[in-house]
Amino acid sequence: MQSEQKPLLSVRNLKTYFFQDEGTVKAVDGATFDVYPGKTLGIVGESGCGKSVTAQSILRIVDQPGRIVDGEIVLRGADGNDVELTRLHPDSREMRDIRGTEIGLVFQEPMTSFSPVHTVGNQIVEAIRLHCGVNEREARIKAVETLRQVGIPKPERRIDEYAFELSGGLRQRAMIAVALSCNPRLLIADEPTTALDVTTQAQILDLLRQLQEQRGMAIMLITHNLGVIAEMADDVVVMYLGRVVEQGPVDAIFHSPQHPYTRALLRSIPSIESTPRVELPTISGSIPHPYNRPSGCPFYPRCPEFIPGTCDQAEPALRAVSEQQSVSCFLYQSQVSQGQGTKPSEGMA
Amino acid sequence: MIAYIIRRLILAILTIWAITVLSFVIIQLPPGDYVTSYIASMSASGIGVTEAEAQALRIQYGLDQPIYVQYLKWMGMIAQGRFGMAIEWGRPVMDVIGDRLTLTIVISVAAIVFTWALALPIGIYSAVRRYSIGDYIATLIGFIGLAIPGFMLALIVMYVGFKYFNASIGGLFSAEMADAPWNWAKFVDLLKHLPVVAIVLGIGGTAQMIRIMRSNLLDELRKPYVMTARARGLSEARVIMKYPVRVALNPFISTLGYLFPYVVSGSIIVSMVLSLPTVGPLLLKALIAQDLFLAGTIVLMLGVMTVVGTFISDLLLMWIDPRIRFEKQ
Repeated sequence: MQSEQKPLLSVRNLKTYFFQDEGTVKAVDGATFDVYPGKTLGIVGESGCGKSVTAQSILRIVDQPGRIVDGEIVLRGADGNDVELTRLHPDSREMRDIRGTEIGLVFQEPMTSFSPVHTVGNQIVEAIRLHCGVNEREARIKAVETLRQVGIPKPERRIDEYAFELSGGLRQRAMIAVALSCNPRLLIADEPTTALDVTTQAQILDLLRQLQEQRGMAIMLITHNLGVIAEMADDVVVMYLGRVVEQGPVDAIFHSPQHPYTRALLRSIPSIESTPRVELPTISGSIPHPYNRPSGCPFYPRCPEFIPGTCDQAEPALRAVSEQQSVSCFLYQSQVSQGQGTKPSEGMA
Repeated sequence: MIAYIIRRLILAILTIWAITVLSFVIIQLPPGDYVTSYIASMSASGIGVTEAEAQALRIQYGLDQPIYVQYLKWMGMIAQGRFGMAIEWGRPVMDVIGDRLTLTIVISVAAIVFTWALALPIGIYSAVRRYSIGDYIATLIGFIGLAIPGFMLALIVMYVGFKYFNASIGGLFSAEMADAPWNWAKFVDLLKHLPVVAIVLGIGGTAQMIRIMRSNLLDELRKPYVMTARARGLSEARVIMKYPVRVALNPFISTLGYLFPYVVSGSIIVSMVLSLPTVGPLLLKALIAQDLFLAGTIVLMLGVMTVVGTFISDLLLMWIDPRIRFEKQ
């Protein structure tokens, strides 16, 4: 994609599996994408497609019994040195410093993302003290400042309140303040507006955009909401069952979607111009049970353009279809012969 | 907040009043009264008691009056700080209970401290390292501890102590100290005897507490705030101790209230086996003899302690959990 600039974060062939008694859940199964400095990457997909686990894998906070089994996550440090995050111990000093100072995380549910028995300020000050090496008083001043930046009125009062005393919108702003308190270069926002009402959603998205402009940070925006993607993202990654099925610039994805899944997703958005009283198209079938993944392309049972004998036999690899867009689908691979592409490709474009 | 405390206080007083009525009624429930059981034990040892003598005894203790009159008289005495005579002992109730109550509190507190000191760390470990070998071992030992009756454990400990260490485990004091007045040596003697007693009394509760702590903490570990704390770069140990453990402790504090009477009533048999000078065996004896004032006073005291304990744990919860504090404003 933007070949003139090096990506801030490169994820290559990431596989995060959950090993359970009932079987192995391949939550992320070969995800590959890049996040560029100052840009917003939208990750879109249905629930259970591995978006959140991807985010947790990057921060190395995947819960037991989940484990990264393969792949690389490379973070380009501020000093230009690359750090391979999968090689670090999750609880090591180095990894913990990356969380917070390099990568911040905002969650879907701002209420449960705060401890119910600690004040909002306590949790911001804690992060600042941990990473910035300042004393309690300075950390508090910085925390008030951060709360002000995210548009919380009377921050010097709000800092001593508990999450349940704030409104939904303020809570999410406070959550963003926690994530931004140590000036990370990448903000991962995992469904940041899903739990909020529509007007508050728009305010939070505006805030994220404004903060991105001020700080020049990259945002990895995880959502199932294509409207949010259209509004926010520069580049889009479409995920299905732990795999990247299509990726490219936001215009290309919305105006010339290539993968049948992306097309189906876009068709299922209600539009103000669509004919009234016509049933909204949906994607037929439902997401397969995690223990019962289809062989071959994970989407073939629901795919309108399923090629028998090919799609159910081998997994398609992510291949470039234009300079900026890549798709993992046999429709776009000239040699559809047997066994091709079971190994996910190394680069894209 | 003040209104909340006052409401709690009023409720506490009402509860104590209900306890006095209930304990009085329950003690009166078995057929007959103290005199009946006195006559029974006298005739068992071959001494007859005439009808006139029995009637004189009943009048002396006020047992001939209707129940509500007896209750009101009893309440009147308590209001003046007198608890009546322990008929069987021929001494005032407070004399009989006196030291025993203090020792009961000491033993119970020791058992509770032992329980918590052992259960909380093991419970935390079991939850954090769920399904690890350590967790399975803790679970196994916990269930064994839960399954062994306290008196059985007491007997085993006494036997092992006597046979292999030539030490007498029973009692709280060495023989020469038992009747000595309180001084430093007696206190040290008590401290020496306390650990074994605390372990025997606390082991069942420990197993239970481990399970409670484990499941509480497992619930909390799944909550998003734990993940956001990790995402802030806190060390794993700090994340766990500061957030989910803190929240998981709430149920422990709310059970503080009835823990004490639970230990006292649960320890009656163990106390008899180990011949501990606590109120448990005394209560049992008083109930068998239908010694109204003694049994009533003990039940009343346990009830008051439960209520006071619950009141204190309410205050503690309000202090440590802001959700409760703000809800009541």
